[in-house]
Amino acid sequence: MWLFFHKLASPKYFYDISGKFIPWLVALFLLTLAAGLYLGLVVAPPDYQQGDSYRIMFVHVPAAWMSMFIYTFMAVLSGINLIWNIKLADVMVRSSATLGASFTFVALVTGSLWGKPMWGTWWVWDARLTSELILLFLYLGYIALVSAVEDVRTAARAGGVLVLVGVGNIPIIHYSVEWWNTLHQGATVTKMGKPAIHITMLIPLLLMAVSFQVYYFAVVLMRARTEVLDRERRSAWVKEMFGG
Amino acid sequence: MSGVSGAFWILLKRDLMLAFRHRGELANPLLFFLMIVTLFPLGVSPEPALLSRIAPGVIWIAALLAALFSLESLFRSDFDDGALEQMLLSPHPLPLLVLAKVLAHWLVSGLPMLLLAPLLGIFLAMSSSGIAALELTLAVGTPLLSLIGAIGVALTVGLRRGGVLLTLLIMPLYIPVLIFATNAVTAAAAGMPIAGQLYFLASLLALALSLAPLAIAAALRISVS
Repeated sequence: MWLFFHKLASPKYFYDISGKFIPWLVALFLLTLAAGLYLGLVVAPPDYQQGDSYRIMFVHVPAAWMSMFIYTFMAVLSGINLIWNIKLADVMVRSSATLGASFTFVALVTGSLWGKPMWGTWWVWDARLTSELILLFLYLGYIALVSAVEDVRTAARAGGVLVLVGVGNIPIIHYSVEWWNTLHQGATVTKMGKPAIHITMLIPLLLMAVSFQVYYFAVVLMRARTEVLDRERRSAWVKEMFGG
Repeated sequence: MSGVSGAFWILLKRDLMLAFRHRGELANPLLFFLMIVTLFPLGVSPEPALLSRIAPGVIWIAALLAALFSLESLFRSDFDDGALEQMLLSPHPLPLLVLAKVLAHWLVSGLPMLLLAPLLGIFLAMSSSGIAALELTLAVGTPLLSLIGAIGVALTVGLRRGGVLLTLLIMPLYIPVLIFATNAVTAAAAGMPIAGQLYFLASLLALALSLAPLAIAAALRISVS
């Protein structure tokens, strides 16, 4: 087990093995996406209150989940990078940031589109919307910082400190904003025992969540591979591969 | 006065002395604070009822901006002349030295804001209970601004154009402070108790006081390396 992680941290090994994973991930992504969209848009019944417009949830909710997952994941990897100085962790963090920002953006836009028919307005200063917007700012701050620092290693460590400070602040920000103002519907999936969402809607939602998750891993691996090649462009194995 | 606490006081004294040798620069963030607040009656409306409603938010946002503005130079001159490197190399714990610097910064920038705030409260037609609450929240909140902001400054000190970047990094982290502080002032103006909000701010301050110096020290080591 440890040996595997140890080997995985070597750029060349990572490059080889991630290349083998990506096609499978892409296939799984397309499969779950097709199933989730079919079940969500065709099979699931319309909501008795919200009609058909609730179906945007199948994109909105997974995107919002991903936006939070990716930031947490980045924080864990930044911790690994700061403590054990593993280059690959930093490559993954850097490749994740723009994806995380995109998911946050998608969650905000779809939320806004959903809000128009439901609440009658594109934007309200509701707690969850505001937290999500602040999360977007945190992502953008990270991206701005790492792109401003020229040295890649320093950028990674500085960005890591920022992400860790940010992740410590997220609960504080979230609860302060929630306490400040809320209008959003409560959590409907995580209620233990009996979720407040019908099973015909829950299954496509979970499928879409898996699909987004797999999409993230496929794309982040692709980006990380390019980043690894770029950083290792002077090493023997890259030169050999491209015959330079 | 020796060892660790000695180093703390010496650094504090040095920073205060440096600040008083550049008195002109001391006034700049305060003037900035004053002018931003002055713009609101001109830009929005001079009507007292409206002004007293927006006053807590306006004064606090001006305080956030002024804090950011003055923080920018926190490590700048030490970084330029190499004193910062000597601090990193010194045998004393870096978080403690950093805390001394932040404290000195608060004494010369945060504390004067506290003295100026009642005047601004009168400008914006705040009630006396509102002004009292404003003072209390500023007393607890401005050290918090200095501590959180210093993390961002430490991360950007090695960069040539850190100013706008600093704003991007730090503003999101200031939001809880802004929420609790303005809410307390608004509640006080309406005659409601504000102990809850103040306790929240105080607990945030305790948290920042214990953790921020560690983060600042780590960030400085990265930036200077």
